[in-house]
Amino acid sequence: MELYKLTAHQLLEKLETKETSSEEIVSAVDKRIKEVDSKVKAYVRVDKTNERTQEREGRGTGLLKGIPVSIKDNICTDGYNTECCSKILQGFKPPYDATVIRKLKETGASILPLKTNMDEFAFGSSTENSFFGPTHNPWNLECVPGGSSGGSAAAVAADEAILALGSDTGGSIRQPASFCGVVGLKPTYGRVSRYGLIAFASSLDQIGPIAKDVKDSALLMNVISGYDPMDSTSVDTEVPDYTQSLGMDIKGLRLAIPREYFIEGLDPEVKGILEEAINKLKTLGAEYKEVTLPHTEYAVPVYYIIATAEASSNLARFDGVQYGLRVDKTGSLIDMYKNTREEGFGEEAKRRIILGTFALSHGYYDAYYLRALKVRTLIKQDFDSVFKEFDCIVTPTSPTPAFRIGEKIADPLKMYLSDIYTISANLAGIPAMSIPCGFTKKGLPAGLQILAKPFNEEMLFRVSYAFEQSTQWHKMKPKI
Amino acid sequence: MDYEAVIGLEVHLHLNTKTKAFCGCSTEFGREPNSCVCPVCLGFPGSLPVLNKLALDYAIKVALALNCRVQEYTKFDRKNYFYPDLPKNYQISQYDLPLSRDGFLDIYLEGRNKRIGIRRVHMEEDAGKLIHKEEVSLVDFNRSGIPLLEIVSEPHINSAEEAYEYLTALKSIIEYLDVSDCDMEKGSLRCDANISVRKKGAAELGIKTELKNMNSFKAVKEALAFEIERQSELLDAGEDVVQETRLWDAKELKTLPMRTKEEAKDYRYFPEPDLAPFIIKPEKIEEIRKAIPELPRQKMQRFIKDYGLSEYDARILVSSRKDADWAEEAIRTYPDKNKKPIVNWIIGPLASLTGPNTTFSELKLPGGKEEFIKLVKATEEGKISHLMAKNVLSESINSGIPSLEIIQNRNLFQVSDLESLKGVVEDVLKENPESVNDYKSGKANALMFLVGQAMKKSKGKANPKTLQEILKRRLTDA
Repeated sequence: MELYKLTAHQLLEKLETKETSSEEIVSAVDKRIKEVDSKVKAYVRVDKTNERTQEREGRGTGLLKGIPVSIKDNICTDGYNTECCSKILQGFKPPYDATVIRKLKETGASILPLKTNMDEFAFGSSTENSFFGPTHNPWNLECVPGGSSGGSAAAVAADEAILALGSDTGGSIRQPASFCGVVGLKPTYGRVSRYGLIAFASSLDQIGPIAKDVKDSALLMNVISGYDPMDSTSVDTEVPDYTQSLGMDIKGLRLAIPREYFIEGLDPEVKGILEEAINKLKTLGAEYKEVTLPHTEYAVPVYYIIATAEASSNLARFDGVQYGLRVDKTGSLIDMYKNTREEGFGEEAKRRIILGTFALSHGYYDAYYLRALKVRTLIKQDFDSVFKEFDCIVTPTSPTPAFRIGEKIADPLKMYLSDIYTISANLAGIPAMSIPCGFTKKGLPAGLQILAKPFNEEMLFRVSYAFEQSTQWHKMKPKI
Repeated sequence: MDYEAVIGLEVHLHLNTKTKAFCGCSTEFGREPNSCVCPVCLGFPGSLPVLNKLALDYAIKVALALNCRVQEYTKFDRKNYFYPDLPKNYQISQYDLPLSRDGFLDIYLEGRNKRIGIRRVHMEEDAGKLIHKEEVSLVDFNRSGIPLLEIVSEPHINSAEEAYEYLTALKSIIEYLDVSDCDMEKGSLRCDANISVRKKGAAELGIKTELKNMNSFKAVKEALAFEIERQSELLDAGEDVVQETRLWDAKELKTLPMRTKEEAKDYRYFPEPDLAPFIIKPEKIEEIRKAIPELPRQKMQRFIKDYGLSEYDARILVSSRKDADWAEEAIRTYPDKNKKPIVNWIIGPLASLTGPNTTFSELKLPGGKEEFIKLVKATEEGKISHLMAKNVLSESINSGIPSLEIIQNRNLFQVSDLESLKGVVEDVLKENPESVNDYKSGKANALMFLVGQAMKKSKGKANPKTLQEILKRRLTDA
């Protein structure tokens, strides 16, 4: 079998027995990219200069020695372009590595770097908002891969990547993982350092793994998790070995099925797939019960106030003064600000900056931002009360399978509703995972979302691994 | 019309921590532009702030010294505005939950104490510095991220002089705490003022202006005095004061409009999501409170009690901690129970010998403090005349030769015995017959002139009291 088709844990075994080498793996992936990326367009930059051979080969001795990891374009890589797929960051080479990149390098992973496509500044659910153009879903090239980490998810699904990092602010790892039939995890807020992740909404953003199966996801989590003194919002609690949760049975686990996630708007086919998946969990010994998360309907509006408010401030620094694009036509400072931002930001970025600026404006703050913060607390409390009685919550990841490129791009509200099931986890700060759980008749994957208490990623691994091992969905490969 | 000014001051203070508020860069002043910077203080995308704990301790210290309530629960906020010296285009500051509130500072003016309320003391980060050249403007980010304290007074200040006293008293406390060098020229202390005037006794406040760009305490005083005058004249003429920000022009000695309220910015404050809110434990506050040194006011009261100083003298001595420590050691070492002479010598002759921007404790005395004390003692005992001692002290500092050595070498001891002075007196009387006649015809002043002439003749060595006695006797006898 071609090396690029393997998972990280399979490759690590082959490396261990010297059946292969990190060079072979890297060139296999490189070959695969050459074969299919002209169709998938998962990557925006593949470094071919090979200047930093130690990074290609992996110099560390740790868990992921020799395994290439693809990186979403909003995670800083020292000396290599990190542009958030935005014109405004054209040519920006950060002089430092994100903490997750440093950890990956230390553990011996190969950071070439392979930079994956995304919605500009992670604003979107389809990867259509990229300055570099859309990524195509490997299962149907006319469909979107989801977003904003669409490039990472598509690369993993198309075997153009062994492992990938994404970021998730409202579903940006889980929704594309669901659309592309791969495993995506958004860790608890504070579990993984955000240092070096170019911020979209600081109180919601988390970096997480996108992988071919649950075990690979656990391996990558083992490397990237943990307190970072450079990130004051990372939490100083012990990081367990997540692979230890794999293989534990789920007999007697109490699963909650929230009523609000199975209502109008959920695609009937996806609903059917989900019901089957839940039955599967039941046959594995889990118990389930319907519950209510009463404030679910407010999650999307609350999210679009908080996330855009933070984004409007986070993106203020892109002004043409220090780095990235500068459009200076008149020599006036104000004109330079205006022209740089006018030309540098795409339509969705502008929309969100304006929304967020409005929400924070004098006279509107209390009605929008402050109220949104209060409802956010209520949403958190919904989860708290469910987790008093249940071990985890299972829901669909997305109400629909992948939609067609262009289908929703003209209707932002429709697009925003694509994240209706994923947003709450970010607002509550809890960990959530999407795993493949079936296919529609047209051959598009659907995802099962599992949510757990803060810092209980182990529960996600335990349940998802049990499910995965009793199904074949993760072994399906798209024909490209 | 009689008007009353209502003034509130906003002081920004650099804390003198070694590293910046949210990163590990050096805060050293005067380094090569953009040499003390990193991704965090340059606001590079992906970088995150981490609070400098020492800066927080310093801030708490100042808040406590200004009698503020330190809040147990506090957080940082973002203040959003675009300016090229602000690399993130927002400043990390504190908005609705500042570090501390409700303090006060006592000032002393024209013989009475006045309590000025402190509304809040909060932490924030400084911006970079713009350098304007002919063709371009450059930004130096060395200053970006230096920890700042904002100290906001209540509008309890009613004159330019009170404002000056407030700043002086504040600076003195900060220097005692050793948390800032308070240097307005270096920009480590900056002051803006809000000022309005109203009819004396009126309950309602007038329309205020905000004054900026004052580069010294003196400039603050001048700007306020100008603005009180300007606003009063407007009101007298039946016109309205425009609510606006005005800049002090130190050359023209006037304030000029900068921007009106309509142009005022909406800073869109919201909680800084990169820094979690934090709890300051009561034990922590107590620990810092215990480490606060004796402050100028307490020291003054102790000086009055322990050394019998007048309030006036004590106030002068405690205005700087270094001076106060120096003076206290001198006072303690001074052998007599009456400390007045040594205090007078410190405040008078010694202080008069300092140059600009130095104080008496920084003077290099060739014989050290002990020598100075001996000189004062010798003067008290009449061994040297007061005038002579003053001259010798000055000469000693200039030449580097200890003062007692100068006196010894040149035999400058005071001459008090009658016999040695009689000759001098006779000469003076002979040379100044007119003055002698003046005195005799009742002009008492003439005596002092004759004493002066005699002092001159004795090259300052004569004891003026003895001279006066001899002269008086000779003039009445004859």
